[in-house]
Amino acid sequence: MKAIMISGRTLGQGATCEAKTSPEFFKATSFCSLSEEDYSSLDLKEGGNVRVATPFGEVVVSARTDDGLPSGMIFIPMGPWANVLVGPNTGGCGTPQFKGVEADVASTDMLVKDVRELFGDLVEEKRRETS
Amino acid sequence: MIVEDVLCPFCGCLCDDIKVEVEDNQIVSVKRACRLGGSKIRGHGRIEAPLVRKDGELVKATYEEAYDRAAQILLDAKRPLLYGWCSTVCETHKKGILLAEEVRGVIDSTATVCHGPSIIGIEEKGLAGSTLGQIKNRADLIVLWGANPAEAHPRHSQRYSTNSKGKYTEEGRKGRKVIVVDVRATRTSKNADKFLQIKPGTDYEIISALRMILKGKADLMPETVAGVSKGDLEEVAEMMKAARFGSLLFGLGLTHSRGRYKNIDNALSLVADLNTHTKFVVMAMRGHYNVTGFGQVCAWETGFPMAVDLSRGIPYFNPGETAACDILGRREADAMMVVAADPASNFPKEVVRGMADIPVIQIDPFENPTTFLSDVVIPSAVAGVEVEGTAYRMDGLSLRMKKVVDSPYPSDEVIIENILESVRRLRDDN
Repeated sequence: MKAIMISGRTLGQGATCEAKTSPEFFKATSFCSLSEEDYSSLDLKEGGNVRVATPFGEVVVSARTDDGLPSGMIFIPMGPWANVLVGPNTGGCGTPQFKGVEADVASTDMLVKDVRELFGDLVEEKRRETS
Repeated sequence: MIVEDVLCPFCGCLCDDIKVEVEDNQIVSVKRACRLGGSKIRGHGRIEAPLVRKDGELVKATYEEAYDRAAQILLDAKRPLLYGWCSTVCETHKKGILLAEEVRGVIDSTATVCHGPSIIGIEEKGLAGSTLGQIKNRADLIVLWGANPAEAHPRHSQRYSTNSKGKYTEEGRKGRKVIVVDVRATRTSKNADKFLQIKPGTDYEIISALRMILKGKADLMPETVAGVSKGDLEEVAEMMKAARFGSLLFGLGLTHSRGRYKNIDNALSLVADLNTHTKFVVMAMRGHYNVTGFGQVCAWETGFPMAVDLSRGIPYFNPGETAACDILGRREADAMMVVAADPASNFPKEVVRGMADIPVIQIDPFENPTTFLSDVVIPSAVAGVEVEGTAYRMDGLSLRMKKVVDSPYPSDEVIIENILESVRRLRDDN
């Protein structure tokens, strides 16, 4: 399914963002909200995850519905999962593309990475560079 | 012991009525704060001791070792980036700018991944500003554009805007009109008299259409603009004109969408146009509690509010070239110091890759993904809870943050002073 992705603050994200290695932060930021219509169209199994891909990266997150979203728009709370998908182009202002990124959403059996796994490749690179 | 009127070090509301109960130097309860602020003030797991990377792994070190290692990293770098600053106090900003100047680095704040484009728009156009107190006491119309304060600034509506009661706004929400413009329905839009749901990336067109209506050119407009009916736009324009004191509060939905600083430029022009009909003010809903403060200190120290390149020996500002994401994205930075922020979480991963192969220094109370990529980690006290200092509310009002409990950790101001001393000593040794 094609969609426009936006990211932003939520109460849960804000309440846990100074404790980023906590399970509460994981719960509050590693999901994607979809409209009821889009959620149904993905044919998700109970508790099933989605794989969201943009030209900049792809990430697996859990899925939930948000009746405030129009069809064709997805929301992921600001944070490391959303930022895998965000475009680095700053448009001459210094600010990346946090909102309005074209994304492809599909159901998946893959698991959601925890925050350490999400940075695993970069941590490995850092270790190699400094060993 | 109850400490009254504590200031909350979370968002730009800088609520100044928090009650904190302290027993044996421990915070046992926090009253009046929202979920975001309460969580921060109550605190949680800390980075216990300084860490320095040796043979690929972070190992415990002394503060002195960490200061010297940090100083050496900055001295060895040709293009060090000093980033963060918005979750700490202005006293730290001042020292940070001095350090950036001495190591000829680039200094930038979290504003560049937040309201940075808003600041650029304001520089282009000028701002019909006000304090939050004026809005509370006088505004009979609140327009929230691309902002969801119900989740991002939870007490804003009660204390300062839609639902607040003031000198000439005794009826609170009943006496006000509220317009919400957003791409999705939110908790904030549920409180609106008029909700204008627009398509992503069409803010500029919608603002231009409202300006045309206000200028009496509605007859030249098509029946719909970016999917919104002319009737709806005329209704919104009428509500704006009918206000005695209108207030446009905009969030990242406006400044991060297609058009970015041009959206802000146009929104500020809309407010200027409205001031030919009535009194109208405009304000950015700033996120971190002292992101406004860094802009102030940086502007009075260097002449620019963020993204300042000091490598030439004079300040140079060109966001798009000198902002943190640009410099890291181009793999130009060869060292990075992060203070009171978490770029590893908040930058696009493509940009964060740039942190993996350069030395990174982190100064922060809490472990976060930036810690995973750091080579020197220096734990600090929590400003606004364990250290006092100055912070600027989103409307530019400077307030004194209180110290509520003692900390076993030094303040980030002291840490930066020590790194600066190490920089001077190691440079002289050479």
